[in-house]
Amino acid sequence: MDELIFFINRVLISGTVLGSIYALGAIGVTLIFGILRFAHFAHGDMMTLGAFVSFVLAAALASMGIMLPLPMAFVVLPVAMVITAILALGIDKGFYAPLRARGAKPVTLLIASIGVTLMLQGLIRLVFGSGTQNIYVGGETKEIFRFDMSWLGGTRPISITEPQVIMFVVTAALVLALHFFLTRSRLGKAMRAMADNAPLAQVSGINTALVVRVTWVIAGALACVAGTMLSLDVALMPDLAFNIVLPIFAAAIVGGLGHAYGAIVGGFLIAFAETLAVFNWTAVLRPLNAVLPEGMALPANLALVPTEYKLTVAFVILVITLLVRPTGIFKGASS
Amino acid sequence: MSGAGNPVATGWDSPLRRGLILFGLMFLLVLAVGMVQGQASILLILVQATAYALIALGLNIQWGYGGLFNFAIMGFLMVGGASTVFLSYPVNMAFWQSEGPFMLGKALLAFLAGVALVLAVRQSHRIGITGKLKTTLVVLAWFAAYVLYRSQIDPAAAYIESSAGFVGGLGLHPMLGWAFGGLVSAVIAFYIGKISLGLRTDYLAIATIGISEILRALIKNMDWLTRGTMTVSPLPWPTPIPQQLQGMGSSIPESFVYARLGFLAMAVLVLVLAFIVVQRAYGGPWGRMMRAIRDNHIASSSMGKDVKGRQLELFIFGSILMGIGGAILATFTQIFDPSGYQPINHTFMIWVMVIVGGAGNNWGVVLGAFLIYIVWVISDPLAQMIFLNLSSLTNSIGWGAIPEIDSRALQMRVFVLGVVITIALRYAPRGLLPEVVKREG
Repeated sequence: MDELIFFINRVLISGTVLGSIYALGAIGVTLIFGILRFAHFAHGDMMTLGAFVSFVLAAALASMGIMLPLPMAFVVLPVAMVITAILALGIDKGFYAPLRARGAKPVTLLIASIGVTLMLQGLIRLVFGSGTQNIYVGGETKEIFRFDMSWLGGTRPISITEPQVIMFVVTAALVLALHFFLTRSRLGKAMRAMADNAPLAQVSGINTALVVRVTWVIAGALACVAGTMLSLDVALMPDLAFNIVLPIFAAAIVGGLGHAYGAIVGGFLIAFAETLAVFNWTAVLRPLNAVLPEGMALPANLALVPTEYKLTVAFVILVITLLVRPTGIFKGASS
Repeated sequence: MSGAGNPVATGWDSPLRRGLILFGLMFLLVLAVGMVQGQASILLILVQATAYALIALGLNIQWGYGGLFNFAIMGFLMVGGASTVFLSYPVNMAFWQSEGPFMLGKALLAFLAGVALVLAVRQSHRIGITGKLKTTLVVLAWFAAYVLYRSQIDPAAAYIESSAGFVGGLGLHPMLGWAFGGLVSAVIAFYIGKISLGLRTDYLAIATIGISEILRALIKNMDWLTRGTMTVSPLPWPTPIPQQLQGMGSSIPESFVYARLGFLAMAVLVLVLAFIVVQRAYGGPWGRMMRAIRDNHIASSSMGKDVKGRQLELFIFGSILMGIGGAILATFTQIFDPSGYQPINHTFMIWVMVIVGGAGNNWGVVLGAFLIYIVWVISDPLAQMIFLNLSSLTNSIGWGAIPEIDSRALQMRVFVLGVVITIALRYAPRGLLPEVVKREG
């Protein structure tokens, strides 16, 4: 029983946490690619930016002496989402829109997004320093829920932290909201139409400029959520999301670029692949030692890849996907 | 640009005059920085800028000549650095006298056996196994090969790390190390190119970034080969190092100036040789063919050009220069530290150099490399100056001093780099010295 609990704690929970974050980021990447046809490299730093916006708001709230039972950064999330969305619109207006107006190739936009990455990264570190910040500004503690498993014969509890629970709930709610927006609302349908065929959408009377703006608003808001959740779960630092922007791209590509549901599936797929690859199988298979003949005991570490190579799993999956099925699991834009 | 419509360009439009003016301005900039920071430190900047110019030339072959996206530059620099460590670092007798070489040999055999297994299974359609079954078998063969290799390399790595530290070097001349860096880069570039060159540009960008991260993870964690995060130093120089000159009786400041001058001469020699070759290739039929492929690969392939093969060629040539450049950088700093490599300093900065300088124009790329590197280096002290002034201002109006000025000012470099590239893309997308397109009649 303990082995199963260990598996749940180490794989199921941490994989879902990572998957939620990858999925939220990958949706933004994939939407931007679907509408604007370029790989938005600065998405990771938009996530960091969103996290820092939450941090500033939460700190402001805490300095006013407001105390709440939930983490402060979570309470201010709606406002932070709005602010990050506005910032995202500003970034588009300032850096990408002029290039698009000139008819620049997607490659140029990709390079421009790297410029934006550098600027955001430099700016965030100039303002907040390069150290780690504590996003629990009110002095809240990370509450840990422990589910006792003794009724099933387990000695260790299943443990999950409060931010993780919040993250599951928020991710599920946002994904559902996005689903209804894309399938039910007029604007959502317009977005899908434009992702399918931009010129056709334009001649059939869709306001493409509006669609572009909505895309940035959604991408920015989701990036803010993902960044804040990540910093609640791990820690808030300036290179928080730059390190995971590549797995996010991997998730978006594995799911099929331009395909919102694919991004969600891809996010969880990559996350579980990473956690399973570094998972030490001996911990689960230990009972087998009793059955195995003498001298055939399981080695102490039976992980598929050493922990240092956790991130490379995402890249290997990415490269294999690009080679074997460049359109992704769901049929996205082709390579 | 001197198009067919106006054959004789004058003033700012004349590429030659423009180039001369810009290079003159850069020379003045170098002099100014040299006056402020001293001879030794401008020489340090110049040596590194020369290495970066070589790397930027490599990217210019790939992106400027061929339109190929390569974001794996950091990976190639690390490969170059690690190769020169392996060739030029003194021999580690503790390793050669231990069981290490034997165990590594076994690991190599396991690796070859794994490769043979995979290749054999891939031929299984010859005995009638096809379709899903064959795919499954190939995947299983890969897995078996991986397990086989891991079963041999893991104990070997653990043994070497605990007994001898790491493999050590071969103790050869550093210049050979540079050449070896280029060679290893070429081999790796061949495989990367084989895998990824068929992809469209933005996919290629992401795939190459991923590959460069894989390379970094490997070099950082293969402690038995590269000593990983424990770093290798001191690497030998091809020219006398300052300590040797001091031994010969020159004063400490002088020894640094002369030692760096000597190294600079070597680096410039390599750069000039590479430049001549690359420039000649650009003007020749080979370069014309490459530009034709870049501008319209469908048309060139219908003219019978082997587009994929040619692109692979470009990718390899560019990567050789990157590997050599990375080796020079590692040799010069005398320390190989895998955790010191960052995508910002070692991939994106090179891109900024090529785009600001002018993709496709070798003179422009060299200009861009020197210019951007100097801007990168001097924005740190400049930012510190600004911050110190601001800090005294905020102090005087009662807000308190700005904390951690040192680490913040360092970040200014990243910000400036971002600003430079966005401005360049918007207002001078073809660079300071744009590619000169010649058209006949």
